[in-house]
Amino acid sequence: MTTATAGTTTRVDAAALAREIACRVTDPEMPMLTLEDLGVLRDVEVDDERVVVTITPTYSGCPAMATMRDDLVHSLRDHGFGDVEVKVSLHPAWSSDWISERGRRALTDHGLSAPGPAPRHDGPVMLNLRPTRRALSCPRCGSRDVDLTSEFGPTACKAMYRCTACLEPFEHVKEI
Amino acid sequence: MSHVHDHDADHESVYDGLTGGDDSQWAFGTDFEDPLAGVDTTIPDGVDARTLADYCLMLGDDALVYSHRLSEWTSRAPDLEEDIALANVALDLLGQARLLLARAAAADASLVPDLPEGSPVPPEDALAFFRDESAFRNVRFVEPDNGDFAETIARLLVFSTYRLALLQRLASSRDAVLSAIAGKGVKEVTYHRDYAGRWFLTLAQGTEESRRRLVAGLALVWPLHDELFRTTPVERSAAEQGVGVDPAAVADEVDVLLEQVFSVSGVERPEVPPTGAVNGGMGREGRHTEAMGHLLAQMQVVARAHPMGRW
Repeated sequence: MTTATAGTTTRVDAAALAREIACRVTDPEMPMLTLEDLGVLRDVEVDDERVVVTITPTYSGCPAMATMRDDLVHSLRDHGFGDVEVKVSLHPAWSSDWISERGRRALTDHGLSAPGPAPRHDGPVMLNLRPTRRALSCPRCGSRDVDLTSEFGPTACKAMYRCTACLEPFEHVKEI
Repeated sequence: MSHVHDHDADHESVYDGLTGGDDSQWAFGTDFEDPLAGVDTTIPDGVDARTLADYCLMLGDDALVYSHRLSEWTSRAPDLEEDIALANVALDLLGQARLLLARAAAADASLVPDLPEGSPVPPEDALAFFRDESAFRNVRFVEPDNGDFAETIARLLVFSTYRLALLQRLASSRDAVLSAIAGKGVKEVTYHRDYAGRWFLTLAQGTEESRRRLVAGLALVWPLHDELFRTTPVERSAAEQGVGVDPAAVADEVDVLLEQVFSVSGVERPEVPPTGAVNGGMGREGRHTEAMGHLLAQMQVVARAHPMGRW
């Protein structure tokens, strides 16, 4: 852990340090993912002594957003940045496509299934009365023989699946 | 027992050790920071602030009231998956409501009820918890009791089809905030509509009993359906100013989509007369059904008892 603080570094270093600290903050529900890997962290700027962090919510009602803000503020404060503002950016809306490659690997390593490409919403949204088909493999045993249990899961961003080979349930981060 | 270490003497509270004296660590999910922090809420040129605010209230109240209704299924749904699904739908709508009510308050602060000086209640909560029934602008469609699961699915299908049609058009609203909220909402409500459509088909083609309940549920839901597409002066002006959508303009599209589900499911469109106006008004004018007062009483009672409360 670095011992540098904002007060003892130059402005350029402070900006780099603030970014580095913000990039290490993890998602409260999926702690294997940093906010950067999740794509929620949009920008970190240092203006004089003030750090301005911009985040984009994953879902409109995601209750983890407040914790993300708190965690960002606390991590930065712990490293000497006393004045931290967390801003919200609503446009463009968050997409699961923003989850980084490293984030996707981290999800799989922790038994979660990473999202495929997000659906495009350029034209009218088609009604889909058939069960959603995704080409997934079980994050535990690798079998492609999986069943969708529910399009909604324990957090807003997940669907629930069951592997019919190893019989274990698993969570899939939804395409959105 | 005098050798037993007195733990109580070491700590003021057993929780001190967990938080390290940092209370904010307990704020999970209860933080009331501004959901529009840092968002530019300037009113676009040529747009009347009050019209924009009133229009946002309508969409926000639809989401808020329906979210509350759907959340009543939590712990009572037919199985765990449906329990979680309906709670997720409710949560998405609550998130949309929070943003829309915050947008309404930012556009015209005079809409926000007065609270005692020093009250920490943020504007969107003041709107949700401290307005009386007649100030709510939601359609009556979202108010009635859930009924059984089949009735809930019938209502959710109609509502999510309607809302998705509105949100898709609103994504190009001249108000950048409303446009962003709608753009996000489209992604969420797409899941809601698919969920309701699949269950509609499943119940229609399931057992005799599931079909009977679905047909009965749809008939109960239908009398308030026409009101969704009735244009109020606020919606007309919001549409003319390029920030809102005239609901009558989505009626055909919604109808085609519903017809698609009905025909695949082999269910006839109900032949029931629409519920009329009350003293010349409907939900958008603050005239609600009997169910609304009960719903608000439950939703608002704790907040109203503690206007100075921190949560």
